[in-house]
Amino acid sequence: MSGPATMEPGPAGSGTGRSVRGDTGGVSGGADDRGRGQGLVVEGLRAAVGGREVLRGIDLRVGPGEVHAVMGPNGSGKSTLSHVLMGRPGYDVLGGSVTLGGVDLLALPTWERARLGLFLAPQYPTEVPGVGLAHALAEALSGRDRPEPDRTTLEAEAERVGLGVAMLERALNVDLSGGERKRSETMQLAIVRPGVAILDEIDSGLDVDGLRAVARRVSDAVDEWGLGVLAITHYRRLLGELQPGMVHVLVGGRIVRSGGPEVAEELERSGYGPDTPVPLAPGAG
Amino acid sequence: MSAGIGTERSRKVPSEVEVVPLSRFTPDAALAVGGPSWLVARRAAAAERLQAQSMPSEAEEIWRYSGIDTFDLDRFAPSLAPGDVAVAAALATARSAAVSFGAHAALVVTLDGRVVAIQGPGSGTGVDSAGVGGAGVGGAGVDGDGSGSLQVYAAAAAAVPPTALGAVAVGGDAFDELHDAFLCDAAVVDVAAGSDVGHPVLVIHLVRGDAVGARGGAVFPRTVVRLGEGARAGVVELILPAAAAAAGAGGGARDGLAAATGTGLGPLVVSVAELEVADGASLAYANLQELDHSATQVAVQASRVGTDGELRSFSAVAGGGYARLRTDATVAGSGARSTLLAAYLGTGDQVLDFRTRQVHAAPRTHSELLFKGAVADTARSVYSGLIRIRRGARGSDALQTNHNLVLSEGARADSVPNLDIEENDVRCSHASTVGPIDEDQRYYLESRGIEPTVAERLVVAGFFTDLAARAPFDGVGRRLQALVGEQLIARTPSATAGAGRG
Repeated sequence: MSGPATMEPGPAGSGTGRSVRGDTGGVSGGADDRGRGQGLVVEGLRAAVGGREVLRGIDLRVGPGEVHAVMGPNGSGKSTLSHVLMGRPGYDVLGGSVTLGGVDLLALPTWERARLGLFLAPQYPTEVPGVGLAHALAEALSGRDRPEPDRTTLEAEAERVGLGVAMLERALNVDLSGGERKRSETMQLAIVRPGVAILDEIDSGLDVDGLRAVARRVSDAVDEWGLGVLAITHYRRLLGELQPGMVHVLVGGRIVRSGGPEVAEELERSGYGPDTPVPLAPGAG
Repeated sequence: MSAGIGTERSRKVPSEVEVVPLSRFTPDAALAVGGPSWLVARRAAAAERLQAQSMPSEAEEIWRYSGIDTFDLDRFAPSLAPGDVAVAAALATARSAAVSFGAHAALVVTLDGRVVAIQGPGSGTGVDSAGVGGAGVGGAGVDGDGSGSLQVYAAAAAAVPPTALGAVAVGGDAFDELHDAFLCDAAVVDVAAGSDVGHPVLVIHLVRGDAVGARGGAVFPRTVVRLGEGARAGVVELILPAAAAAAGAGGGARDGLAAATGTGLGPLVVSVAELEVADGASLAYANLQELDHSATQVAVQASRVGTDGELRSFSAVAGGGYARLRTDATVAGSGARSTLLAAYLGTGDQVLDFRTRQVHAAPRTHSELLFKGAVADTARSVYSGLIRIRRGARGSDALQTNHNLVLSEGARADSVPNLDIEENDVRCSHASTVGPIDEDQRYYLESRGIEPTVAERLVVAGFFTDLAARAPFDGVGRRLQALVGEQLIARTPSATAGAGRG
């Protein structure tokens, strides 16, 4: 079992997380390629919403094929982190840098970040009336100069996550249950094949079987094309399925602890605070 | 952005009441159009009334925001009868337009308001040109069972006036009188009581409106639909430029109705559709307007539905530098029902102007109105609607909804719903919204790597999807979606990129 290839030396390297292919440069065809190599690198990221500083210096590195979890209490900045990385309007970056495959993301609009290989499965996927799932995916791929996904592939991916095939023609997220939305997000991820995916509470709304199917699909993606994963969650349940190599604890806009899966176990016993911040995040000095 | 179309320029007329000179639309000119004696007499009477009319003003609620105050009718003149070459070219255009609507029970083609071809019940989509060019386009008795259940004919070829002509559209303002004063023909669709016409009747109005000297040509298309008791039928109307290749070419219609004053030689289309639905009858009706941006349109759709009858109406307005549609819908018999749907999309400098009246004149009548529009660039839209529940219309149910997407900072939509209720025990509701594209929807699509112009196009198309799904005929819904896509693609990327941001 090898440690994550691009991760800084540290406790995570000896973790019991999922194995990572040593060949991080080898990329299977069809994926968004440019998000690879160095993966997602976040350094000293500070951001504000509505004038309030919510992220107060975040350092993260998600290399190809790595699975990281970010845990933290409500209001700690987890969803803000996901939207700042994706470039949602309304968030002000105060400092720091974010690169994907060595490219500065903060200078780019959302859609270009996506084309570089970043994917966000948001906590609350937005309803888009009148825009069919399959149609949106066709546009998403054609923007990347990739062929429209064939019907067989769409249906196969829908089935892998337990999403009804009829959903392919339904408008995006309209009248879908929370769980169906998360299955849809995962299915979209599988079609788009990003380099790095941010999963913001992908576990919420899913029952045990749904969670297992979604987590398995994501894990398969890690194996199939070296997907890097940043999974944001409240719950250890997801971690049991995804088996992250690294767990980060986000409190008050800072990562206060980073480590292997044992960090999640510690949280289970002691909760989030009042921990003494432990600067273990790579690059956090 | 100015508050009203006409406010940027000085008014051309003093504020005191005066009769706008209608020098090209005189009684003599009306008489010169020709036709059967009943039609000549009808025009003469209307021309006299027109002389006594003054042009409407924006002080009237139903013309507010329209730009009518700077409209100069004298920039137009009655169009001349098209020649055979023009007719042949128009038929080719009609033929290709008809294809996308598939099977139809009959096809009527008009050019500049004159019926130039009628095709009977035959299969295929070819236009029967047998009657073309002659004075008498007789008409077709389409009677699969030999009973003459469907009559489709040209009013100008009839020795007596069609009974339904003028029965529903009662007129009133100067444009109504103008239309009647220069009406040279009408496409008449008459469905006998109790009959069921399977496929829709297709009526294609082609507009050349060639300039007359230095004036734009004015044309007056009319469609008269009458369903007898218990009949069922469908009618699809298309209003297209005769030269389809010119579609979408911007005409620089900066100031709505006033554009005719400024630029010119595009046609004036003053059109009327009358829909009479007798007791127990059911009419599915669609109207697609795809005129050039150089055209100015003032249209009326008047309907009356009898006891337990039903009208399902769908309109799509995409063309015209200025395009106005007044919808007068009366549910006249108890239990009558009207569904009035419309979609509109304005780009460039278009001004799209909708006035609706849902009149409930009998107990337990129902009307549902849903108008949805989007405006981009510096286009404007106006929606003003009135639900009127007359005394005695107890137990009636009326719904009026108008939603607008504003896609650019320079675009504007006004929405003014009104209620006038003279009876208790009724249910009325209205809702209207005006706003930009939902930022969350845009962000979600962009987070999939979809570029902003495409994301916007998807959201706008999605906005119209529910309407398209309710279109009375599949071909109509598809055409709407195609129109939306074409118009949005035709926009300049730079104009789109900044839209709705911040």
